Amino acid sequence: MIRLKSSFFVPAALALLVASASSALAEGEAEQPKPTRQSWSFSGLFGVFDQAQLRRGFQVYKEVCSNCHRLSIPFRTLGDPGGPGFSEAQIKTLAASYQVVNDEPNENGEFVKRPGAPSDVFPPPDSFPNDQAAAAAFGKAPPDMALLAKARKYERGFPWFVFDAAPFDQYQEMGADYIYAILHGYTKSDDPQWNLYYPGHRIAMPQPITDGAVAYQDGAPPTLDNYAKDVASFLSWAAEPTLAERKKIGVRAMIFLFVLSALLYLTKRRIWSKLH
Amino acid sequence: MSGNSNYVPKSAFGRWFESRLPIMGLAHSSFVAYPVPRNINYLWAFGAILAFMLAAQIVTGVVLAMHYVPSATLAFASIERIMRDVNYGWLIRYLHTNGASMFFLAVYIHIFRGLYYGSYKAPREVLWVLGVIIYLLMMATAFMGYVLPWGSMSFAGATVITSLFTAIPLVGGGVAHWLWGGYAVGDPTLNRFFSLHYLLPFMIVGVVLLHIWALHVAGQNNPEGVEVKNVERDTVAFTPYATIKDLFALSLFLILYAWFVFYIPNYLLDADNSVVANPLSTPAHIVPEWYLLPFYAILRAIPDKLAGVVALFAAIALLAFVPWLDTSPVKSAKYRPLFRIFFWAFVVCCVGLGYLGSQEVSDATTWAARVLAFGYFAFLIVVLPLLGLIEKTKPMPASIADAVLAKKGGPSAPSAAR
Repeated sequence: MIRLKSSFFVPAALALLVASASSALAEGEAEQPKPTRQSWSFSGLFGVFDQAQLRRGFQVYKEVCSNCHRLSIPFRTLGDPGGPGFSEAQIKTLAASYQVVNDEPNENGEFVKRPGAPSDVFPPPDSFPNDQAAAAAFGKAPPDMALLAKARKYERGFPWFVFDAAPFDQYQEMGADYIYAILHGYTKSDDPQWNLYYPGHRIAMPQPITDGAVAYQDGAPPTLDNYAKDVASFLSWAAEPTLAERKKIGVRAMIFLFVLSALLYLTKRRIWSKLH
Repeated sequence: MSGNSNYVPKSAFGRWFESRLPIMGLAHSSFVAYPVPRNINYLWAFGAILAFMLAAQIVTGVVLAMHYVPSATLAFASIERIMRDVNYGWLIRYLHTNGASMFFLAVYIHIFRGLYYGSYKAPREVLWVLGVIIYLLMMATAFMGYVLPWGSMSFAGATVITSLFTAIPLVGGGVAHWLWGGYAVGDPTLNRFFSLHYLLPFMIVGVVLLHIWALHVAGQNNPEGVEVKNVERDTVAFTPYATIKDLFALSLFLILYAWFVFYIPNYLLDADNSVVANPLSTPAHIVPEWYLLPFYAILRAIPDKLAGVVALFAAIALLAFVPWLDTSPVKSAKYRPLFRIFFWAFVVCCVGLGYLGSQEVSDATTWAARVLAFGYFAFLIVVLPLLGLIEKTKPMPASIADAVLAKKGGPSAPSAAR
């Protein structure tokens, strides 16, 4: 046992050194709070999106976010299984309410606008035909929201990032928590571009949404907290529409692999037991 | 590949074919009759796991290449198309991206196992050097694969790594332009990286075959580090004994792999790679994938660019010289008490460097990285040569069979002092 102790002393000393260096590092960031972890219907082993929530989230996107943010996903995906579950007719009507630029020029060589079809991608906001125009207005182009929930994370730091990978406590919803936190981060009423959770606190986006801005049709309370949760859910779906299918297949794959492993173990034991 | 095969095909056609191309006999002697030390533990299963991962990466990669568009304007969108519209495209892509990480996890366990049990020592030096070449090819392949999605971290990573070559005196700038196919990372760079990312895995397959060939000539090392003396007593047949053990280990490894693919597929991916590459906007905090982090930390720990690049490449190249740097005739760390301590310190240095490589640079991380980088090089250049001269090793068992029987508490054979 003494042998064991001595062989662990040097590594332990080195580990301590690394740990002290990293804690010194963390001190400088104390004034930047991290988003808090919310509970999401799509987290965990069997997580799926909440259809009503996705619909509310889409409403928030459509009425508020879409004024400045693109969402480069096709209309038709709103009807895909595991998503907001819009009917084919609803999607057709929705798509037709947008004007999209046709891929091909007409006989005069002009690119004309036409009503959208389900296979079209959501067009860019009317006010900003391209990123440069948007950047001129805000100093920075509003990001495309199709992948926003995957494109935002925050540092969890040691040792939390280790637990984030662990079964039953796995944490993959940082993007949603970040979006939720940003919408809650406008805490200085005299400065609409100050955000508690934005790195450096200066955010180009002025406070986009407050209590009562969107009238929900399903009776959910029209609060900022609900807007933030619903739109963060919707954007998580937009970024990862196959999440529910992935987790469903995952359960089956896991059961298969555990049974296979057990059988292989028993076979292995049997074969090796023949050796003296 | 050598083995004591007495394979005779059962069918007449088999015998006819075998006398013209003895490929079945080769397979039989390599994977059925091939004698395996009977005491190898589960760490030896990582060879089979790595073979599986290489095959998995090639299969998923070939399918992805059917849908991927290597173009600076379309690459990012084509990945999103794979994720959303291609049937099970998300599964293939997550298998491939997480497969790369699993491949590296397995290769690191494989390498550290080789270090711990002295698997690089005579007569396995060539086997080890081939392994280092595979590792180098893997890093190049993984790096180029990471560039292909053309996310903002892909672009930043490609810029950082290719810019390393500008550190070469006189010709550095020219070399970098030649690599880029222009004056900066751009469309030509992406296209050649795609071409090479498709080519290199097949070069890896070639070197892996040499690696397996060399392995089957020298035979496997084992936890005792004692060579096989009596094939009857010390070894078992590859099939069924090693085959079933490897399959069981592979199945456990697949559980981990599936965990990543199905439940935390984005855990190891950088959020910035979900933003399309933009030469005018660089991520605030450039980090490579986790498996390259220790080398990145070494690079950043050194203030001079050229010296940093030299240290980075030396850190990898030195591994190839380990068989000659280690002067001890005893293979297994089981019988080398001092080596064992330094080995674990070396592991801590590597893991610590990896952690520091992921952190933003500060005085504290730079100094910690310097200390750990010193530890990394000191282990290879100073500790390995010196230990062989001063270490008092423990008595080793006379043979593998003796070690196994002693462990089982059977008729204990007297241990022969070295």
